Amino acid sequence: MRAYTPKDNVQKKPYYTDRYWVAPQVAKHNVSSDDVFAADLEAIKAKFEVLEAYIQVDQMVVIINAADNFGVIEMLKNELSYNQLSEMSAIDWLASEGKFEIFYQMLSMTKRKRLRIKCKIDEKESIQSVEKLFRSADWSEREMYDMFGVVVNNHPFMKRILMPDDWEGFPLRKTYPLQGDEFAAWYEVDKIFGKEAREIIGPENRDSARIDRYDTERFARLGHEVPRGTDISNGEPDTPLVYQETEGVFMIEKFDAEKSVVISDRDR
Amino acid sequence: MQQPNRLRPFFENITFDRADNEMILNFGPQHPSAHGQLRLMLHLQQEQITKAYPDIGYLHRGMEKMAENMIYNEFMPTTDRMDYIASSSNNYGFALAVERLIGLEVPRRAKVIRMMLLETNRLMSHLFWLATTALDIGAMTVFLFAFREREYLMDLIEDYCGARLTHSAVRIGGVPLDLPDNFIPDLRKFLDKLPENIKDYEDLLDSNRIWLMRMENVGVISTEMALSWGCSGIMLRASGVEWDIRKEEPYELYDEVEFNVPVSDKGDNYARYKLYMAEMRESAKILYQVLDMYAGTQPALMAHAPQYISAPKLDIMTQNYSLMQHFVLVTQGMRPPVGEVYIPTESPKGELGYYINSQGGAYPYRLKLRAPSFWHTGILTDLLPGHYIPDVVSIIGTTNIVFGEVDR
Repeated sequence: MRAYTPKDNVQKKPYYTDRYWVAPQVAKHNVSSDDVFAADLEAIKAKFEVLEAYIQVDQMVVIINAADNFGVIEMLKNELSYNQLSEMSAIDWLASEGKFEIFYQMLSMTKRKRLRIKCKIDEKESIQSVEKLFRSADWSEREMYDMFGVVVNNHPFMKRILMPDDWEGFPLRKTYPLQGDEFAAWYEVDKIFGKEAREIIGPENRDSARIDRYDTERFARLGHEVPRGTDISNGEPDTPLVYQETEGVFMIEKFDAEKSVVISDRDR
Repeated sequence: MQQPNRLRPFFENITFDRADNEMILNFGPQHPSAHGQLRLMLHLQQEQITKAYPDIGYLHRGMEKMAENMIYNEFMPTTDRMDYIASSSNNYGFALAVERLIGLEVPRRAKVIRMMLLETNRLMSHLFWLATTALDIGAMTVFLFAFREREYLMDLIEDYCGARLTHSAVRIGGVPLDLPDNFIPDLRKFLDKLPENIKDYEDLLDSNRIWLMRMENVGVISTEMALSWGCSGIMLRASGVEWDIRKEEPYELYDEVEFNVPVSDKGDNYARYKLYMAEMRESAKILYQVLDMYAGTQPALMAHAPQYISAPKLDIMTQNYSLMQHFVLVTQGMRPPVGEVYIPTESPKGELGYYINSQGGAYPYRLKLRAPSFWHTGILTDLLPGHYIPDVVSIIGTTNIVFGEVDR
């Protein structure tokens, strides 16, 4: 029987986890422990609904409703002097709760503080672009769409950025295998040689560690060595290991089973 | 639309449009001064650019995906391949992010060695930048001079870790090796000569007519534009924002050393060039101070955290429990606590950040690499229009983009 692998998350998993093992948590601190963050949070709370807020590793995390994303970031920029959007992207939680989590990593240079705005959307839902506020979101949102398939509304140029335009599938989703899917294996063959060449060329090998049992061009089996390029699809001869050169080595005689004598007389 | 015939072949890279005299020029992806695999689609009116579309992704290897399928220590050599001009700074950024996630304190000698690596990498990166940009603009001598100095530094790093380009010289929890005996005297010898070398470059370039034509008042980035585009590092400081993460949010030993943060409010190519020169001098200043710190440190190189970090070799070979833990850490990998962290560091190119979301497993659930060059390439969309074709090369040069980092 084949081992069961979950289809909604095909990423690598540890082969063994102790059944009593409980993962420790990175401490979450109360926002009131930091005055600057507490004031910022109050300002956000006055206008928008805040689902959760805490401080983790010196940065505040604020979880909001996805519909408020533009409003909150506009407020952070114009009123709370968070003047740079250093990073934004998505996290795939489709397997566990059917949602994407979007995070915006903000930086305030005057306050020397960093905070993270997070919100969740459904798989088919789209989110409002913040490109009008921060131009850096232009490329970040394109990358997020490219990698996760999260559609961003009101974006000036919603196109793939890293992958080719005609690519199918979203590489950073957990359902997407590391070596690529069926489409990826045929992409370059179809593109360069055409679909009619599929039978001649075969799918692209996208696993750099793959070993082909019948490939004698690049691999040799110990004890079954054959000349390079021999077709061994119907089996190969046993090649006993011979450690001496055919001509023999100087001063050393080759062992010959025919000529040798078995001495039975121990006294001789 | 082209209508090719026998006398007029199809021009692959150029499209002429008769109606409004607009030409679309395809710059790259195999252009020698595109610094890697950058394709620019430029809309031209005569020689002036009206629109620019940078096209990236030619070097995309899916590092974030790879990270989700690797244990934390396995991922370290992959970070080398981001900014391959200064790979130790990438290693360091990742190591620091995981250490903050776990809450590890690194021994002081490891910190000193890391500081040396970071600053030599900054010097290597800046020298490389100077060499290639000068070469793009036609100054061959500067290229040869700067590569000579960079070669010396690469040999020095080779003495330390055995590699010249992809160092992997930092580990999560410390550094793998102590400095070889010749490292400190050799580095000091280099630093003593560096001001002289920098003066040589400046003598060749500062008042060079060709250099000034391509640098002065070309590629001006306003403060608002730099902030809005998420610029960092020299791209930001040349536009009048005094923001250096080493100074503002100090990590490692940067709060113990004295150095200045050079800033300019011009925002043009020349300002960026001057800042690179000034930063090299500041790096040298930091290195002198760090060299003196080394002598007083204890010999420990790796943090003591048996749950996450393997014990020293001696313990592994003599103590059964250390050996067992080492075996588990190598085969299964460390499991940082559940949580998320975003740690920025000042790499030679700008703000290099690692966002790690850990679900308590041996593999990161999500790892986002915040590479500065990504936005420094994006800004070309807004920066290039209005400039002329010869300026494109010098603007790409001073943005100092590396495509291993843009495409990841």
